[in-house]
Amino acid sequence: MNKSELIETFALQREISHKRAEEVVNMIFNSMSEAMTAGERIEIRGLGSFVVKEYGAYTGRNPKTGEPIEVKPKKLPFFKVGKELKERILDGE
Amino acid sequence: MTKIELAKQLHQELGIKQKEAADHVEALLDLIKETLAKGENVKISGFGIFEVRDKNARRGRNPQTGESITIEPRRVLTFKPSAILKEGINRE
Repeated sequence: MNKSELIETFALQREISHKRAEEVVNMIFNSMSEAMTAGERIEIRGLGSFVVKEYGAYTGRNPKTGEPIEVKPKKLPFFKVGKELKERILDGE
Repeated sequence: MTKIELAKQLHQELGIKQKEAADHVEALLDLIKETLAKGENVKISGFGIFEVRDKNARRGRNPQTGESITIEPRRVLTFKPSAILKEGINRE
């Protein structure tokens, strides 16, 4: 399911216009992106949590040539699935 | 950030009544969870992909006892952040 399909189904379920559904869905994901950009942790009961991990700079290697390369410090978002959803996915319900 | 802040955002930015905003958040999350539970991926452009993956059985070890065990095939959920999200997070 992609975002357009999600918006469509959401609009039908909530009995709201397509435009409104689009605004709501976009705002929810934009708010989450902004929180992560600010380095904030997100905890969504029933779904899971997002944390931004910071990595320091290190010297890596080009795996093909063996040449050393400087890897700059970076941040990456990580998602940890909540217990309830994890179990639902395992059981396929 | 929690569901409460998400609902607050909908209320403040879109003028949706608080109760309705909270119901919207809950309903959207339920829809996503139901889709994933059925084994279907959810792809949110600009945010990332929630991917349901089937893992094969493999031999593992109990790290405490060193005992060899079989890890059963199982289904897990992973999240792959989009390039846009990763860029946003790394922008100063």
